[in-house]
Amino acid sequence: MKRVPMRDGYGKALLELCAQPDNKIMVLDADVAKSTRTVWIRDQYPEHFMDMGISEQDMVGTAAGLALGGMIPFCSTYAVFLAGRAWDQIRTTVCYNNLGVKLGGAHAGISVGPDGATHQALEDVALTRVLPHMTVIVPCDAEETRKATLAMAKRPGPCYVRFGREAVPVVTDENTEFEIGKAREVRDGSDVTVIANGAMVYEAVMAAEKLAGENISVRVLDMHTVKPLDTEAVVRAARETGAIVTAEEHQLAGGLGSAVAECLATLFPTPMEMVAVNDTFGQSGAPQELMDHYGLNAENIAAKIRQAMERKR
Amino acid sequence: MEIKELKAIARTVRCDIVKMINIAGSGHPGGSLSAADLLAGLYFGGIMKVDPKNPDWEDRDRFILSKGHVAPVIYSVLARKGFFPVEELWTLRRFGSILQGHPHKQSTPGLDCSSGSLGQGLSITNGIAIAMKKQNRDVRVYCMIGDGELDEGQIWEAVMTAAQHKLDNVCAIVDYNHVQLDGTTEEIKDMGDLVQKWHDFGWNVIELDGHDMAQIVKAYEMAAAFKGKPSVLIANTVKGKGVSFMENDCNWHGTAPSDQQLERALMEIGA
Repeated sequence: MKRVPMRDGYGKALLELCAQPDNKIMVLDADVAKSTRTVWIRDQYPEHFMDMGISEQDMVGTAAGLALGGMIPFCSTYAVFLAGRAWDQIRTTVCYNNLGVKLGGAHAGISVGPDGATHQALEDVALTRVLPHMTVIVPCDAEETRKATLAMAKRPGPCYVRFGREAVPVVTDENTEFEIGKAREVRDGSDVTVIANGAMVYEAVMAAEKLAGENISVRVLDMHTVKPLDTEAVVRAARETGAIVTAEEHQLAGGLGSAVAECLATLFPTPMEMVAVNDTFGQSGAPQELMDHYGLNAENIAAKIRQAMERKR
Repeated sequence: MEIKELKAIARTVRCDIVKMINIAGSGHPGGSLSAADLLAGLYFGGIMKVDPKNPDWEDRDRFILSKGHVAPVIYSVLARKGFFPVEELWTLRRFGSILQGHPHKQSTPGLDCSSGSLGQGLSITNGIAIAMKKQNRDVRVYCMIGDGELDEGQIWEAVMTAAQHKLDNVCAIVDYNHVQLDGTTEEIKDMGDLVQKWHDFGWNVIELDGHDMAQIVKAYEMAAAFKGKPSVLIANTVKGKGVSFMENDCNWHGTAPSDQQLERALMEIGA
């Protein structure tokens, strides 16, 4: 299977946006343009690019001003320094003013690997999800990241998209449907539903294929939009399959699993298990080594599926 | 408008400030009073290009109140300019009011941005200034910053951004009243030679008496005429200016005057 880093999809989308005539796009980076792929904009559309230096708070504030002045600004840096370092700017200046600032959180999740815990954003979805007006997207591959980025440019108000550093399997193509706020059914099933996002979508499919051999029918939803959550798809899955497993490359508290639990607890209480990093920081290591260590893989998803099915009885 | 008339407007604004905060029972009189002349000069001295009948006019000049806690001063100025009825001033901080405790753009006609978390206004100002230049709009962007607010690191990030991009449509105003919430700026985080600092960061620096209306108007005009660099007005002011018992006292940073204190304050200002 072809493997491509999701950030390539982000960079490609920005190139497409900058190529449109009379566009209002401005791409801001905080001295990591090569990592986030916004260097492609710097090289091809320098009039649409600004390197703000290592000052994330100023970058987000400047983007807010650009939005107030009628532009469509994209801010990119590592997810920890965007959603974390500049959180107050995102809250009070971007979201309180309901400004169309588009945030690209790169190198998200544990899979950034050897850089260690300081650079592994495991809290960014929680941090952005609690903010009024904010849209939060966690795409599953490079192609979906491209579509998400294009969709963000059209969507009014603040948006956050997070993506990883590593090359991950490309599981969608240009014809795969993508709509913000609408879950994508990757695979139908009747015994249990895995609701996953990011690189965990592929792992969920692997788990489902494995369990098919044991006569367990697993539905997989790509819940790329954490906010606004597709509650209809969540409730339908709960009603039709009776058990839910969530899977994400993020802290358990406050992420996709929490969003799904909030939905089901109020609308359709259902046995549920969660695959996520559980209240611990990461560490240095090879990406796959870390994903395995923290249980962010098909094997652990399969184990949680069995646990969830036990609880159905 | 004549200097004499501008002074009269500033007195009206000062009376509004103490009255609003007295009625609300909370708010920030000290820094509102120190900024009153600077904002009266900006909005009524023929400097800011705005249209109260069309607050969202795309080619208007913009004003960002980075020190958002002095909301009463901008609320009074906007009301007196005709953006909304003066009676609204007496609803400050009340449930359902168009005048939130700190500026909220969507609530108040004439506000260009919400603010209240310190240190962020100059970055926003720069962003608007860049957007205006990109669209070839002849728009100036003003930003008022408190001297205590200069403790915030983001201000200095933005100071460098404005210089880097030669944003000569930016005019920052530092309300240099030397008093912040817990004490004097010298006691808490001494900034040394503030004029030299901004100069060294690549700005056109104009120092002035922030209570001398003729100097205020001239400083704005000098800033507008200066090309190639952003300008900053380092305005020497007195916290609580115009009300003797509030002047230079950090205890009046965020305290509402009682009815008796209000009466005395109004008498001293003498509208």
